[in-house]
Amino acid sequence: MISPSFNAIVPMLCATAGALVVMLAESWRARGERMPLGVLGGIALSAAGIALALLWDQQASSFGVIVADNFGIFVSLVVVVAGLVSIAFSSQVLDRDGIPRGEYYALLLFAIVGMMMMATANDLLVVFIGLEVMSVAVYVLTGIRRDDPRGVEGAFKYFLLGAFASAFLLYGVAFTFGLTGTTRLDGIGQFLAARSMSSSPMVLLAMGLLLVGFAFKISAVPFHMWTPDAYEGAPAVVTGFMSTGVKAAAFAAFTRVFLSAFEPFSADWAPLVWYLAIATMVLGTVVGVAQHNLKRMLAYSSIAHGGYLLVGLVAANQVGKEAILFYLAAYAVTNLAAFGAIALLGTADRANDTLQDYRGLWQSRPMVAGVLTVALLSLGGLPPTAGFIGKWYIFSAAVSAGYYGLAIAGVLTSVISVFFYLRVVVMMYMTEPAGTIAPPVVSRAALATLAVTAAIILYLGVLPTALLDLAAASIDTIF
Amino acid sequence: MADVITFYTLAALILIFGLLVVTTRNTVHSVLFLVADFLAVAMLYASMNSLFVAAIQVLVYAGGIVVLYLFVVMLVNLKRPPEEVRDPARQTGLGGVLAGVVLAELALIAVANALDPPATDAASSTAGLTEQVGLALYTDYLIPFEVASVLLLVAMVGAIVLARREL
Repeated sequence: MISPSFNAIVPMLCATAGALVVMLAESWRARGERMPLGVLGGIALSAAGIALALLWDQQASSFGVIVADNFGIFVSLVVVVAGLVSIAFSSQVLDRDGIPRGEYYALLLFAIVGMMMMATANDLLVVFIGLEVMSVAVYVLTGIRRDDPRGVEGAFKYFLLGAFASAFLLYGVAFTFGLTGTTRLDGIGQFLAARSMSSSPMVLLAMGLLLVGFAFKISAVPFHMWTPDAYEGAPAVVTGFMSTGVKAAAFAAFTRVFLSAFEPFSADWAPLVWYLAIATMVLGTVVGVAQHNLKRMLAYSSIAHGGYLLVGLVAANQVGKEAILFYLAAYAVTNLAAFGAIALLGTADRANDTLQDYRGLWQSRPMVAGVLTVALLSLGGLPPTAGFIGKWYIFSAAVSAGYYGLAIAGVLTSVISVFFYLRVVVMMYMTEPAGTIAPPVVSRAALATLAVTAAIILYLGVLPTALLDLAAASIDTIF
Repeated sequence: MADVITFYTLAALILIFGLLVVTTRNTVHSVLFLVADFLAVAMLYASMNSLFVAAIQVLVYAGGIVVLYLFVVMLVNLKRPPEEVRDPARQTGLGGVLAGVVLAELALIAVANALDPPATDAASSTAGLTEQVGLALYTDYLIPFEVASVLLLVAMVGAIVLARREL
C-alpha cells in the first residue's frame, strides 16, 4: 500500500538541504572569506529537530518505506542532538587542525541524514542505503586529517572492514527477500509469523548475515576490530559524533529489524545475541583497563557500552526496550561531553590525549576537568548521573526477563570499568601538572556547550522520569 | 530441467571466473576475467527473464566499470616483466576470423528475422519488463532511488576530500 505522503521525510530533507547549502556556500566563498558554515548546519539541524517534534505521535509514513513513528523520532532526535553538540565543538577544532570546513560540515550533515533514515526505515533496502550514506560520510570524516598517519590508518581499516560488513548485510537482505518476497519489515514479519517455519536454514542464514552486518556497526565483539583504531585516529570531535550517532542509528535499525521482522524467530537469535553481549561487555572492559591513550580507552568503553545495549535487546521486554532508548540518549550525551572535552584540550601540535596529559588538569582548566569528571562518572555508571539510571534499567530488564547471567556480567564489568574511569579522575585532581604544556584556549561557545551536556547528564541522573516517559511512549507505537 | 542445467553451468562459470580474477598475477588478465564474470552474471539475469537488469549489467559493469579498472591498471605503474617482442601481425588473422563470425551471425539473425518474424507471444512475455522496473523505481522505491543520489554525492565529496593534493 502506497501512501505518497512526504511528511515523514521532512527531517531528512532539512538536513540534506543544510548539507547542500553548506557545500554551495563553501564553493562561492571568496578566498580568505569566512562563511558561518557551522551556524548554517546548526539551523538545518534545528529545523530537522522541530520537524521531528511536530511529527511526534503522527505516525507519518512516506511510501511505506520511511515510517516516522515515535521510536524512529526518538532516535532521530538523539542523532540530531549529537550533531548539534558536535557542531558546537567543531568550529575551534577545525581551525586548529586545518580541517576543510565546508566538506566537514557537509559530510557531518549527510551522515545525519543517513542515520535518521536508518532510524525510521521500514524497509531493508532503505536501511542499507541509509547505512551506506552514513558509513561513507563517517569513513571520510575519520580520515579527514590527511597529514595524520593514525587518522588515515584508522579510516582505511574502518573502510575496508566496513565495506566487508556491508556486503554481509546486503547478502542478508537478499536472502530475506528471496525467502519472503518483500523487503518491507512489516511484510517480512507477517510472512514469517504466518508460515511458522521452524528455523529453516534459509531463515537462519539470512538472520545470521544481517546480525553480522549490524554487529559490525555497533562494534560488538568479535566484530569490533576497527573500533579502537578508528576512534583513536579520528579527530576527537568526530569520534564523539560517530561513537554516539552511528551507534544510535545502527542500534535503532538493529532493534527494529530483529524485534519486528524477525520477532517470530527470537528463540533462534536471542542466544546468539546473548553470547555477543557477554563477549562485548567483558572484552571492552578488560582490554580498556590496559589503555594509556584516553581516546583508545573510551573506544573500548564504547564497545563495552554496546554490550550493555545488547543486554536490553536480549531481554526484549517492556523495560528492556525502554532501557535501550534511555541508554542510547544518556550514553550519547555522556560520550559527547567526554570526547568534546578531549577535543577542546588538544592543541595544533599535539592531541593531548594520553593519560599523562591529564595530570593536574583541575588546576589549569577546572571547568573542562569538571565536565570530564561528570562524563567519566556517568560512563562508569555512578549515581547521580544518567549512566547510573541507564544501567539500572538495563540490568533490571535483564533480571525481570530471567537473564541473571547477563545482569551479573554487566554489574561486574561495570565495577571493573569504574577503575579506569577513576584513574583519569585521580590523574586530573590528585597529581601536579606536568607544566610543560600550555593550556589551550577554549572558546566560550564550546565551554557553554560542555556545561550544558554536563547539566543534562546530571539532570537525567536525578530526574530521569521525563525521558523515560518519552522512551515508553516511543515503544508503545511499535513492537 | 533445462533451466537447472543453465543455472548450474552459469553459476560454475561465475565462480571459476571469480577465482581466476583473484588468482591471476597479471592485472590486465584479471580485469579481463572480471569482464567474463560480469557477462556470465548478465547471462544468469537473462536466463531468469530479467532482460533489463541483464542489459544494465552489461552496459554498466562489463562496459563502464571495467573500463575504469583498465584505466587504473594502465595509470598505476605496476612493475611487470617486459613482454617479449612478438610478431605484431600474429593476431590479425584471428581478429579477422572473429569479426567475420560476428558479421555472419548478425547477417543470419537479420535474414532469419526478415523471413520468419518472431511470434508476438514470445515478445509480449518480455515486453514491459523495463516498464515494470521503472514503475517500481518511481513508486514503491522512490525514496531509496533518490537517496542513492545522495549516497553518490557523499561518495564523490569524500573521494575528493581524501584524494586532493592540497588542503
